[in-house]
Amino acid sequence: MKRVYVNEEWCLGCHLCEYNCAFANSGKKDMAFALKDKAIFPRIHVEEGEKICFAVSCRHCTDPLCVKSCIAGAITKSDGVVKIDRAKCVGCLTCVLVCPYGALAPGENGTMQKCELCLENSCGAPACVTGCPNRAIVYEERGDAE
Amino acid sequence: MKRYVIVGNGHAAVGCIEGIRSADKTGEITVVSKEPYPVYSRPLISYYLEGKTDLERMKYRSGSFYEDNGCCVRYGVSAAAIEPNEKTVTMDNGEPLVYDALCVAAGSSPFVPPFEGLETVEKKFSFMTLDDALALEKELTAKARVLIVGAGLIGLKCAEGIRDRVGHVTVCDLADRVLSSILDADCAAVVQKHLEENGVAFLLSDTAVRFDRNRAVMKSGKTVAFDLLVLAVGVRANTALVKNAGGAVNRGIIVNEQMATDLPAVWAAGDCAEGFDAALGANRVLAILPNAYLQGYTAGVNMAGGSAVFDNAIPMNSIGFFGLHMMTAGCYDGDMTEERSDGAVKRFFVKNGVLNGFILLGATDRAGIYTALIRDKTPLDTIDFDLTKKAASNLIFSRETRRKRFGGVV
Repeated sequence: MKRVYVNEEWCLGCHLCEYNCAFANSGKKDMAFALKDKAIFPRIHVEEGEKICFAVSCRHCTDPLCVKSCIAGAITKSDGVVKIDRAKCVGCLTCVLVCPYGALAPGENGTMQKCELCLENSCGAPACVTGCPNRAIVYEERGDAE
Repeated sequence: MKRYVIVGNGHAAVGCIEGIRSADKTGEITVVSKEPYPVYSRPLISYYLEGKTDLERMKYRSGSFYEDNGCCVRYGVSAAAIEPNEKTVTMDNGEPLVYDALCVAAGSSPFVPPFEGLETVEKKFSFMTLDDALALEKELTAKARVLIVGAGLIGLKCAEGIRDRVGHVTVCDLADRVLSSILDADCAAVVQKHLEENGVAFLLSDTAVRFDRNRAVMKSGKTVAFDLLVLAVGVRANTALVKNAGGAVNRGIIVNEQMATDLPAVWAAGDCAEGFDAALGANRVLAILPNAYLQGYTAGVNMAGGSAVFDNAIPMNSIGFFGLHMMTAGCYDGDMTEERSDGAVKRFFVKNGVLNGFILLGATDRAGIYTALIRDKTPLDTIDFDLTKKAASNLIFSRETRRKRFGGVV
């Protein structure tokens, strides 16, 4: 299956992926209206060091620990995509405690949200990748074990 | 066709079902469920009382889960005995269930010390099951004074869940601090203060020794008047089934890395099992949900003839009270280093060059990176640990490690 992969040497640290993610999942039609003057809660985040930066989002692992650890049964995997049912989530953050990639963060209301590859929203493909100006993240097939 | 029997219907049982089905799509699975409900998430009972979830959303799996997985669930019955030679479980109604592979996922029960006069208390509750929560809910009134015996995870989650629905909540514990199983004294003091600011009163280093109807007489001689009593002193693993069948038990049913007991064709998983704790380096009951599922899944795969080991279990907890979130993992022996900022506390315990445990209060972002360092026993001289103490981050790894993590299928 296609996943989001990182080319860290190309990342400019512009954070556009975070804004495009927040917009894509806002359900709003206008980006300025959706995001201007608001704290954003994207499902991808840029980690910045002194010399390097890169964007981290869900790896959609072959054997996802978050799915097995979710106390509420809110995280499931279907067709290779790890998804969360936010109505079932109570915000215990056990998934944050177990994800070895640091790929999960709670949303504005304290329940968890996660990258679902924009397959459920109107984009149909990851908006973070579409909007990346330097191909520092790509959406493609890479030797799947599944 | 192979016959599987699972005693219990909680998270470990679900892990077991899904583990079996990963290797055997057709075998016959019978689940023995003492509680009359499809599997639900037990730790959510406090969130239920708090109004953050409801009975429908508490269901751990979809309504068609058992059907989809070809399981027959026997509700409202318990397993009474295992006859390992006949490979039979006898139920409490006398009916035998024959198995080729058995998983005991019988959980734990509340431990109630022999308090003098407890029988005179009219409204007393445990806080383990949905029925416990529903029974307590019926008695909640705006003026009720509640005494909770036990300042552990169960007692404090109960306090949080009911605070807005009762008049007064007091928690007592013989220990000198809250959450003594997961927090050290300094961190416990921070959490206690936060709970007190949110309306929960404490009597610590003190506990009820005697009850007289609506009054508790404490060890210190104080008396506490209450309308509702919640007993959350602790839990005991349900080991009797395996013990009575001649299997090895300690505090829990002793299992190996495959989750097999020493009885033939009998596995055990979840709160009733005592497996290897990789942080402690010894066996112990790890009564936490992720481990229940992971143990159950491991048992299931092996029951179905597959090969699975679960050899990196560690204690870990993620829990919050009134907006203060905390995460803990591993063991707290070793050299402690601390990071503090904006009221948040992070404590790391390093032993033999690897991270052995941590306590995070109010700063839990990306904590799974820390958990993985413990679980994987990552040598700290191969990463930038000083950087990672400040904030959990993938920057601590080498470029090559990051390329594998974010450039390939994991």
